[in-house]
Amino acid sequence: MDTATLDTPADTYAITIGLTINGQQRRLPVEPWTTLLDLLREQEGLTGTKKGCDHGQCGACTVLIDGKRVNSCLTLAVSRDGADVRTVEGLAEGDRLHPLQQAFIDHDAFQCGYCTPGQLCSAVGLLAEGKAKSRDEVREMMSGNICRCGAYTNITDAVLEVLGEGSVK
Amino acid sequence: MATTARIGIGSPLSRVDGIAKVTGQARYAAEHKPKDMLYGFIVSGAIAKGRITGIDDRKARGVPGVVEIVTHENRPRTAWLDRSHQDQLGPPGSTFRPLYDDKILFSGQPVALVLADTFEAARHAATLVNVAYEAEAHNTDFDKAVAERYMPSKKRDNYIAPKKRGDPEKALAKAPLKVESQFHLAVEHHNPMEMHATTIEWMDDGSITVHDKTQGSQNTQAYLSSAFGISASKIRVLNPYIGGGFGSGLRPQYHVYLAMLAATMMERSVRVVMTRQQMFTHVHRPAAEQRVTLGAEMDGRLTAIVNEATTSTSRYEDNMENVVTWGLMNYACPNASGDYAVAAMDTATSGDMRAPGAATGMTLFEMAIDEMAEAARLDPLAFRLLNYSEDDAMNGTPFTSKALREAFAEGAEAFGWAERKAEPRQMREGRELVGWGVATGMWDALFSKTSAGAKLSANGDLEVSSAGSDIGTGTYTVMTQIATDTLGLSPERITARLGDSDLPTSPVEGGSWGAASTGAAVQMACQSIAAKLLKAAGKVDGKPLGSAGIDDVEFVDGHIVSKTNPAASVSFTDAMRAAGLNSIEAEETATGGISGMISQMRKSRNTHSAIFAEVKVDEELGVVRVTRIVCAVAAGRIINPKTARSQILGGVVMGIGMALHEETMMDTKLGRFMNHNLAEYHVPANADIDAIDVIFVDEPDPEVTPLGVKGLGEIGIVGTAGAVANAIWHATGKRVRSLPITIDKLQD
Repeated sequence: MDTATLDTPADTYAITIGLTINGQQRRLPVEPWTTLLDLLREQEGLTGTKKGCDHGQCGACTVLIDGKRVNSCLTLAVSRDGADVRTVEGLAEGDRLHPLQQAFIDHDAFQCGYCTPGQLCSAVGLLAEGKAKSRDEVREMMSGNICRCGAYTNITDAVLEVLGEGSVK
Repeated sequence: MATTARIGIGSPLSRVDGIAKVTGQARYAAEHKPKDMLYGFIVSGAIAKGRITGIDDRKARGVPGVVEIVTHENRPRTAWLDRSHQDQLGPPGSTFRPLYDDKILFSGQPVALVLADTFEAARHAATLVNVAYEAEAHNTDFDKAVAERYMPSKKRDNYIAPKKRGDPEKALAKAPLKVESQFHLAVEHHNPMEMHATTIEWMDDGSITVHDKTQGSQNTQAYLSSAFGISASKIRVLNPYIGGGFGSGLRPQYHVYLAMLAATMMERSVRVVMTRQQMFTHVHRPAAEQRVTLGAEMDGRLTAIVNEATTSTSRYEDNMENVVTWGLMNYACPNASGDYAVAAMDTATSGDMRAPGAATGMTLFEMAIDEMAEAARLDPLAFRLLNYSEDDAMNGTPFTSKALREAFAEGAEAFGWAERKAEPRQMREGRELVGWGVATGMWDALFSKTSAGAKLSANGDLEVSSAGSDIGTGTYTVMTQIATDTLGLSPERITARLGDSDLPTSPVEGGSWGAASTGAAVQMACQSIAAKLLKAAGKVDGKPLGSAGIDDVEFVDGHIVSKTNPAASVSFTDAMRAAGLNSIEAEETATGGISGMISQMRKSRNTHSAIFAEVKVDEELGVVRVTRIVCAVAAGRIINPKTARSQILGGVVMGIGMALHEETMMDTKLGRFMNHNLAEYHVPANADIDAIDVIFVDEPDPEVTPLGVKGLGEIGIVGTAGAVANAIWHATGKRVRSLPITIDKLQD
């Protein structure tokens, strides 16, 4: 991909940053007040990442920045120049779902599906952190992601299955 | 021929919309971006009552990118008559019209809509719109409003007046055991994860596509058509994915009206999304006060029930709920009466939230029942069984089925209830007191007239469709299973379509009638396809099926197979080819039929549940944890045990929220909800939720609805908070009669 030209037209206040989004290098003009969440949803059309509160209180907007789970609504896009961003659209490899995606389907770990992208990205981040070992730890460390449909027990089961410690109490 | 295991009714099929939801491909209302779309940002009013004296939007208009600011002063005309603004579910009263005039009816009322090329410009400019008000005295204090409670002269359509039996006052005067308690439930907000949003696509030919967060595409379509005087044929409403509803999307909310107002004014595509704060400026579960007086013999047999309640509404509409009927229906007691009224405040109108009326009235009543069990020195489960009513005790009618006794037995067994110590404060683990509580849940088994279409293509693919919605309930999956069951096609060959006002007529998704009603309609449409297929098969050379009628054949793996001679079969494709058909289509309407109507009058139809809760309470700090819930549900036939279980889990979780966390607090001086965000309005998080065991007891009921299905969307929440409150008493010896039971109330 040609990274020398801008992928979307610039306007007056825009500052150009580089981001790798789901493996694709992008050069993007962003206004300094644009959040990463709005950049993804409005400018890039990646609406898989959800807006549930815009205040960092619900976790629906969770994405992975350089492998770490982050609330994209509290992240100004300009502050992440050069970062590697992974969203729910980038979890599967082609038609092959990420093990967490499959586990979420198998355990019915969602209903309306709106918090699901955030839960998935958060769970990917959680596994990478390597801190959660038990059911209680998964519950605690997944508590930044609200699910109003109340699928928590199924979410925890799905995460534990992928963690490979499904029998841990 | 080879037959595979049939995945039909009763199979735990994974959600058919699962892949779309886990890959981010499912698109919700705010996730469409038509060409030249304007972003609308709502300016919320600052006072609770009064009028707007002036709007200065000069600064806001100076923000680069701002295109227009819509207020009551420059808005386009809409329908004149009040009733043109009514929606299908509006309660009696005068519907709120956004940006109609200078009057302010509630705090947070939209007073302007900023339209700009970018979201950020609209948001910024909205902060610069200067609105001057003339405030009038308001009341948003529920306790004060209750003093002026009243029974609206015009009742809401689905309101059921409590029926009196016997002479409860006299029975109370004579009762050796008497309990009289007053309960309170805080205002709750639905808070679906997706904020209310509308994207309107303005088409070149003047037609309009509305992507709306609603639980009823056709309700929104009819409302917009009527309010804006635009033919319904020009308005198509789409809601294939809804990020949670819980009742908040039953009525069209003000965002959709504002979007339409702006789109018609600008003749452009517009998107309006509420902020999370604005999600606290519309529908909510009403505040409730309930006084329960019970009389009983010394042996615990109930002799009198007086059940009185008041719920909050607005000044402009009378929202009513069925709060006091549940207790009267559920318990055998010769003398009983109820009294219900509403109390108006200067807020937005309250409305239906998951199990409206029952989640309030049954839950609080079950807390009173627990107190009487204590007074009678009976185990609370034994007390409920002693006063068990086989029939609907208020209406004197039998139930089509009531397996509550079985639910109690199976739930108690799974929970280990027999080990419970009778007295409170007798169970302890370290620094935590342990308590066990039980409650009963009850909801209506509703059926609503619904149409569905089915279309079988020559290649054997089937599409089933209805205008209804899947708000996370699993309706797509249930439709697929019923189609699979009826026509013997594998789920992969079936596409279920919902969420489009162009599809066959369906009511809003609510009241737990979706699976029973849409399911029945889909089954009928598929049966109609089956009959047409069989007729087509008669055209196949040699007539392999002879003169077989519909009852003589089965539909298996894309073939019509003779029941008596499995070797005789015709594939769907061959049948259609022989008859020269490229596709077979059918549309049917499920009404419940005449026998259903007669049965409706003679029998009561309800779901029941038994909820057992374990809590652990830190004795020093008062922190409560719900460590275990067993919810045993009697809800007729279960189409999909996997998604059904999820429905109950979700209801239970919201019930735990009701018990411990959820409360929208009013600043009565400002007339405004204070904790209008997800940090201060706590909905249960993962760490709040521990083990939940869901049991479906066997309850065959061919009479209740055509498929024997009773619906599951609401029953999980009903009574759950009561079981938790009763467990907290068992742990601590303290009766807290105001929900949620927060730490401060336990420390008093």
